[in-house]
Amino acid sequence: MLKWITFAPLIGALLCGFLGKKLGEKFVSVVACGSIAVSTVLAFFAFFTKLLPMPEGKRQITEFFFTWIEVGTFRADFAYLLDPLSGIFLLFVTGVGLLIHIYATGYMRGDEGFYRFFAYLNLFMFMMLTLVLGDNLLLLFVGWEGVGLCSYLLIGYYIERKEAGDAAKKAFIVNRIGDFGYSIGVMVAFTTFATVSFVDKEIGGKVIPSLFTQATGQAVEGIGVFGVMTAIALLLFVGACGKSAQVPLFVWLPDAMAGPTPVSALIHAATMVTAGVYLTARCSAIFTKSQTAMLIVAVIGAFTAMFAATIGIAQNDIKKVLAYSTVSQLGYMFLACGVGAFSAGIFHVMTHAFFKALLFLGAGSVIHGMHHEQDIRKMGGLKKYMPWTFGTMFVGWLAISGIPLFSGFFSKDEILWQVWSSNSLPPGLNKTLWFLAAATAMLTAVYMTRLMVLTFWGKERFKVAHGDDHGKHKADPHAIHPHESPAVMWVPLVVLAVLSLVGGYVGVSAAWGGSNHIEHFLAPVLAKAAPVAEAAHGAVTATALHATEEAHHDVTTERIFTGISVVVAFLGIFLGWQMFTAKPLRKMPRLLENKYYVDEFYDAAIVTPIQGVSRNFLWRILDVQIIDGAINGIARLFGETGSAMRFLQTGFARSYAAIMLVGAIVLILYFTFR
Amino acid sequence: MVPLSWYLALSAVLFTIGVAGVLVQRNVISIFMCIELMLNSVNLTLVAFARFLNQSTGQLFVFIVMAVAAAEAAVGLAIIISVFRNRETLSVDEESLLKL
Amino acid sequence: MFELPIQQLIFLFLAAVAVFAAFNVILQRNPIYSALALIVTMCALSGTFLLLEAQFVAAMQVIVYAGAVMVLFVFVIMLLNVRTEEARLDRVQYLKIVTPLLFVALLGEVFFIARSVTTAAPPLVTKVGEHPYGTIENIGEAMFSNYLFPFEATSVLILMAMVGALVLARKRSTQEIETLGRILEDASKPAIEPAQPMAELEEKQHELAA
Repeated sequence: MLKWITFAPLIGALLCGFLGKKLGEKFVSVVACGSIAVSTVLAFFAFFTKLLPMPEGKRQITEFFFTWIEVGTFRADFAYLLDPLSGIFLLFVTGVGLLIHIYATGYMRGDEGFYRFFAYLNLFMFMMLTLVLGDNLLLLFVGWEGVGLCSYLLIGYYIERKEAGDAAKKAFIVNRIGDFGYSIGVMVAFTTFATVSFVDKEIGGKVIPSLFTQATGQAVEGIGVFGVMTAIALLLFVGACGKSAQVPLFVWLPDAMAGPTPVSALIHAATMVTAGVYLTARCSAIFTKSQTAMLIVAVIGAFTAMFAATIGIAQNDIKKVLAYSTVSQLGYMFLACGVGAFSAGIFHVMTHAFFKALLFLGAGSVIHGMHHEQDIRKMGGLKKYMPWTFGTMFVGWLAISGIPLFSGFFSKDEILWQVWSSNSLPPGLNKTLWFLAAATAMLTAVYMTRLMVLTFWGKERFKVAHGDDHGKHKADPHAIHPHESPAVMWVPLVVLAVLSLVGGYVGVSAAWGGSNHIEHFLAPVLAKAAPVAEAAHGAVTATALHATEEAHHDVTTERIFTGISVVVAFLGIFLGWQMFTAKPLRKMPRLLENKYYVDEFYDAAIVTPIQGVSRNFLWRILDVQIIDGAINGIARLFGETGSAMRFLQTGFARSYAAIMLVGAIVLILYFTFR
Repeated sequence: MVPLSWYLALSAVLFTIGVAGVLVQRNVISIFMCIELMLNSVNLTLVAFARFLNQSTGQLFVFIVMAVAAAEAAVGLAIIISVFRNRETLSVDEESLLKL
Repeated sequence: MFELPIQQLIFLFLAAVAVFAAFNVILQRNPIYSALALIVTMCALSGTFLLLEAQFVAAMQVIVYAGAVMVLFVFVIMLLNVRTEEARLDRVQYLKIVTPLLFVALLGEVFFIARSVTTAAPPLVTKVGEHPYGTIENIGEAMFSNYLFPFEATSVLILMAMVGALVLARKRSTQEIETLGRILEDASKPAIEPAQPMAELEEKQHELAA
């Protein structure tokens, strides 16, 4: 049954791709949304009726198709694994995916490549679901690469625009760098554990336990120790950095906004970019055995969060602000994973999917209504023109800023608390990281407020076309008549807004009376991080673990920190409101606006030298002179030899006779002396 | 009384002279005659060996060789006549159509 | 020299005559002189055959070879009115030097091989019921029993030669001459267009590269 969850979108993709052009938009819309609807229904069905009733700790449904590769001692199957972690992902990937598909039928209406768009989008869903459901690192990688491919296809969807194509290439190439690390990580894992599978497998007659069972038995490598677990973890993390846009491989995500907005919402906010977090959580058993790797993950996550937030505050394209916001929020998720709070990270993935998709789709609605204007400096006062869009984005704004009772508050607060109270990082570092994260939370609130204020409040900074006289448009070509989007676009927004509101209640922490369902649900599949002090002894004793648990159960401190989070959120909104309501077009620092010149630096330091070497050495010398020269040289050699031998062909019978005689003499000589 | 090697030596000398003649002569009929000379030397070898092995097969073969040589001479000269009609010269150097 | 048996002396004499005449064959400019020298060589060889007790072959040599084939040669030379060669260009000059070298080389090789064969002729033994060695009857016996097929094949060969000689040497009509002329012209034109030289192709490649 699991196979239909993934194959329905694949079939949808094939149908749309091959028949869509002929059969028109209606057909494509129905097929595309229908296939995702099938997936969603089946996913919910499988999750609630099959997985949930199973006893805790044994929640695992596997579905085996065929043995894909079995060579010597290596085995990778095409098989699916549904457990708590992949189950949660399955739910929100299909659910949010469905909503975005419905939205996109309205957004992309009238576009020539309609069928192509939905074919790619469905294909993407197939790949993403394979990624999430795969039961070994290799099948996960298939999905990983597949979503990268679809990302390329969809970013470059507007084939007539050069910057779209460039952005697509950039995304793919930067991703590839990450994939390189991932591949090596898989190889090291295989040589260490003789398996790449997440479940026990029978290979060559023996049953080899899963990667994680084996990893759990390994000793913890302390900070500064660079052992095999650290190697695997760091290599996999390189892949995650590429896919989830962390420093230094984040540069593709802002450029990816050249694609259509539904693409940005689905791929670059809710699903593909969370694949890195999924990987890290899935391999938590490996990561927790390497304190160095956890440290690096946490530091990079926190740094990226702050770095991206500072850039986001100075951007003027509505989609770029949200893009940097995504990078920043992803940083939060990795920070959570880095301190061992994997379930908090996953929780934030889920809530982020809701409110970020909402914000992106809302932005799309704004762009659609403003006739493809994306610069927020040219907007303003839109709340009276687009009430539904405004209302739903309002909810998303509050959610991302961490206002209490919205979903974002619960997940972000959980992360902040876990960072403060973790003891698996060197003492003092976790407090620094907490401070960074809290500051970023405030910045998040500030820039989101800036976005909302400049878009929806204040004076209109564009020319409004008065009345419905379309004939008079010729008088002022810059006049726009903003309008609300059709129902097919704002209804999904409403659904997402509701989810952004209530989605957080599955994770209410015990300090506030909730039972933190999500943490308990995920606990059997996620590993716990070891405290720093104990790692020196190479083993985690029971008392040390108990001490960890104790620290987390200090309820009073937790409540205090929740209060701090609330204060930070409100402070951020207040600051943003003050700064930008009064002076909307306040100039932000040039450095931030130009994103710290990171792209220019990469271009000069990496891209240009590579291009130079390729053109001047590899092509001019190696290819043209050496390789072509060798081939042409051989051909010329034959020609020259022929020319040299031409003197033999005189046409005179006597010289031929002479040559024959010489040959005969040589032969006789040979036989004489043999 | 005469050792076999003498006969063979004579035959070798005549044959070599014939070969040299083919290379040296420019008149095509002369070249033909040198070829006949070579055939003669071979006849001598055959007869010598037939005598020393006490078989008459060698002499029989000589008989056949002579017949073939005669036939070959006839046809060859016919060709030369027909070529000479076109070319007005019997120099073998003038016929260089085999040249590329 | 007088210690040598008489047979060896005769052989040496005949050999000297044959070699001397052979040199004349190749060194004379006038083809008639070459032909006559060749006849002398053949007669000398006939004598050598007699020494080897090959009477029939000796007779055949003089009658057929010297008497028919060489006469044919002389007829053709006179028919074509071949004179002494004028000073035409010797196109293959180097052969003047190369030929003596090759001559010596070939001779040396053969002598090297043949030097070890020093046996004298064994006495002839006539088998019972056969004719003596070298007589016509002896050869006839072999020819018409064991070697009948080569004999018949040779007769066919001579037939072919006759027909061929007739066809090749007859006078051509004007039409035939024209056709032959056209064939020769076509043959002298090159069959394939010469290919583009390498240099041009390289130039084009460099243009594309830059």
